[in-house]
Amino acid sequence: MSTLQISIYRYNPETDSAPYMQEFELDTQGRDIMVLNALEMIKQQDSSMAYRRSCREGVCGSDGMNMNGKNGLACITPLSEVVKDNKLVLRPLPGLPVIRDLVVDMGVFYKQYESIQPYLQNDTNPPATERLQSPEDRDKLDGLYECILCACCSTACPSFWWNPDKFVGPAGLLQAYRFLADSRDTATRERLARLEDPFSLFRCRGIMNCVAVCPKGLNPTRAIGKIREMLLSNAT
Amino acid sequence: MSNMRSLTFDAIIIGGGGSGLRAALELAKSGKKTAVLSKVFPTRSHTVSAQGGITCAIASADPNDDWRWHMYDTVKGGDYITDQEAAEYMCSEGPKAVFELEHMGLPFSRFDNGRIYQRPFGGQSKDFGKGGQAARTCAAADRTGHALLHTLYQNNLKNNTVFLNEWYAVDLVKNANGDVVGCIAMCIETGEVVHIKSKATVLATGGAGRIYSSTTNALINTGDGIGMALRAGFPMQDMEMWQFHPTGIYGAGVLVTEGCRGEGGYLINKDGERFMERYAPNAKDLAGRDVVARAMVMEILEGRGCGENGDHVMLKLDHLGEEVLGKRLPGIVELSKTFAHVDPAQDPIPVVPTCHYMMGGMPTNVHGQAIMQDADGNDQVVNGLFACGEAACVSVHGANRLGGNSLLDLVVFGRAAGMFIEEALNEGVDYLEAAQSDIDSAMARINRWDESSGGEAIPDLRAELQDVMQNDFGVFRQEDNMQEGVKKLASLRERIGNAHLADKSNAFNTARVEALELDNLLEVAEATAISALERKESRGAHSRYDYPDRDDANWLKHSMYFPVEKRLGQRDVNFAPKTVETFEPKIRTY
Repeated sequence: MSTLQISIYRYNPETDSAPYMQEFELDTQGRDIMVLNALEMIKQQDSSMAYRRSCREGVCGSDGMNMNGKNGLACITPLSEVVKDNKLVLRPLPGLPVIRDLVVDMGVFYKQYESIQPYLQNDTNPPATERLQSPEDRDKLDGLYECILCACCSTACPSFWWNPDKFVGPAGLLQAYRFLADSRDTATRERLARLEDPFSLFRCRGIMNCVAVCPKGLNPTRAIGKIREMLLSNAT
Repeated sequence: MSNMRSLTFDAIIIGGGGSGLRAALELAKSGKKTAVLSKVFPTRSHTVSAQGGITCAIASADPNDDWRWHMYDTVKGGDYITDQEAAEYMCSEGPKAVFELEHMGLPFSRFDNGRIYQRPFGGQSKDFGKGGQAARTCAAADRTGHALLHTLYQNNLKNNTVFLNEWYAVDLVKNANGDVVGCIAMCIETGEVVHIKSKATVLATGGAGRIYSSTTNALINTGDGIGMALRAGFPMQDMEMWQFHPTGIYGAGVLVTEGCRGEGGYLINKDGERFMERYAPNAKDLAGRDVVARAMVMEILEGRGCGENGDHVMLKLDHLGEEVLGKRLPGIVELSKTFAHVDPAQDPIPVVPTCHYMMGGMPTNVHGQAIMQDADGNDQVVNGLFACGEAACVSVHGANRLGGNSLLDLVVFGRAAGMFIEEALNEGVDYLEAAQSDIDSAMARINRWDESSGGEAIPDLRAELQDVMQNDFGVFRQEDNMQEGVKKLASLRERIGNAHLADKSNAFNTARVEALELDNLLEVAEATAISALERKESRGAHSRYDYPDRDDANWLKHSMYFPVEKRLGQRDVNFAPKTVETFEPKIRTY
């Protein structure tokens, strides 16, 4: 039986002057395990291997990484989905500074998320019970609120690679629209005003890498299109 | 050590899940110098995995719903060692806490009239068990925990809460008076170890399902707060009470919400029989989780399990139709495709009872203040130490938690702890001093690992510990197995004390974190094992072959595990709610 060849990006800032790829062989005994399980087996061989993980079921967004060239979550990606010619190459999410091995510094990603003020804003006093929302209005949040902040989309986006400090990126913009679309939010004008400049939103070139990689099947490009429409109709 | 940096806060909240973030929000709004310290970025906390909902009598599905009915269900569900004053507080304050979440933006599903959607969950009744099944669990599809955690994180951003993300709390600093005056913590990114000085230290560290080899819990659920408190010598309450969720996906352990059965799904054995009708003729598949889990194990033991090895049963959902599944249970459809290779619209999901929730924990009052006992066995507040959420045992869950009550527990008691600490700080609390020797003893453990030069590897020891718990402290328990288990854990304690941390590097050293977590798993496992061995009755989730009956004469009590002597004592259950009549213990049937 052939063993799986896994090549992993390694970098420890204390000991390595430059990153390198390290080769591992793994006998999965023919089982179609998740990439995260493969990483756990490798960590048993080499405890210094660093990666993030938490829920191991695709809802916490910790283990976004680049697997054979495509971003995704290691815990819900079976080997059969990514391994080609018995080979798997694991790299950190592209475009962000590497802290160690597969662990990236997500600071700029979180900063962009914060920039859209990702919380409900409503300038009226809340009632004693809940604010009412029709099922139809609530449906408008489906496909938006489910984002897990794994950064797979933003780190697959060339516009974000180029301007991570100025372009909000697909994850942040998806959340921007999540609040614009919420019938309970009253800050529409201010939200749109913050996205009017040439960079925050308009650096999106519709490449749609974000859609291709989102492990939750969300569509940031569509959300960005909706915000564009709102900006245009606001302008006229 | 002399050049160790120290950080000072009014309150430090250890843990960034639902209860920690809810407590933090209260304190951030008050302008106190507060920080949330979390070993993961907060939205990666295990609250994110909660699916079915938050149970609360907001009177949406049923305009006549009453929090007292919810309280009755909670007390009965807990097999009568639920503290009734705490259950009263949770169920009556609950609506306020849930409406606050909605006002913060939580995207609840809705009924046609625009109110929050509620679904039936296990153990729910109307009119104190006399009015049939209630629908009391408020839901955001089957992603309620995700929606709740993100909403709380977002509102903490709004209120400028200080976050120490990817920091790991190593141990509590306790002074000579027995007060908790802060903790030792490590920045995971850099490896820097600091002394955190605080007037209030809140353990919001969640559960410890990872003491079992099969669990619905995230990999991070290693009982860090419980471990720290036990090492500091504080007692833990009801640690034998572990909930096994009926529907963990067979093989993977991933949770399938009870909401599936709330929406009309049911369990079948290999003959296709809806077997819960035999075990719980009224509530059927929506009996208490402990009841359903035991029934499943009985089916398996009696040869009616499914699959080649007859070691699981099936959850049937296809009759609900694709529309209900897509609208109400979209996450379940996703998870079963990924982890069971089953489309629930077509085929049933293979499921098995799986470790899910720790009912026990740090005993607290309703304000989150940690409780210990004085020499005469009276409650005594621990100065400076608080707990909330799964790490705490307040105790609203007693011997068995009802589905949907954990999220309510998080927000109600996170909020209560925050409010209480704010008030205490307003009244003026001084920083309590720690001597250098107090700090040194809190550093002992991390120093031990950093100086280790040989010994067994961490993953092997962890797997062995998990096997002991899985085999000897599962759904059904008995004396001889548990005694064996306790012995094996004692030997594991010695071996873990000599184990080897091979990687001593500083930057994002996850091996060091796993080593420190292993110590905590061991503390929780041992507390569980000794408590389970000593509680000689069956109650709620604690089922013994050798003591099959509930023994109210001797055990209508909380257990209190004292770590220094490894002794099990007792603590009185609270039967004195303030505004309703006491619910007297009755035979518990569904």
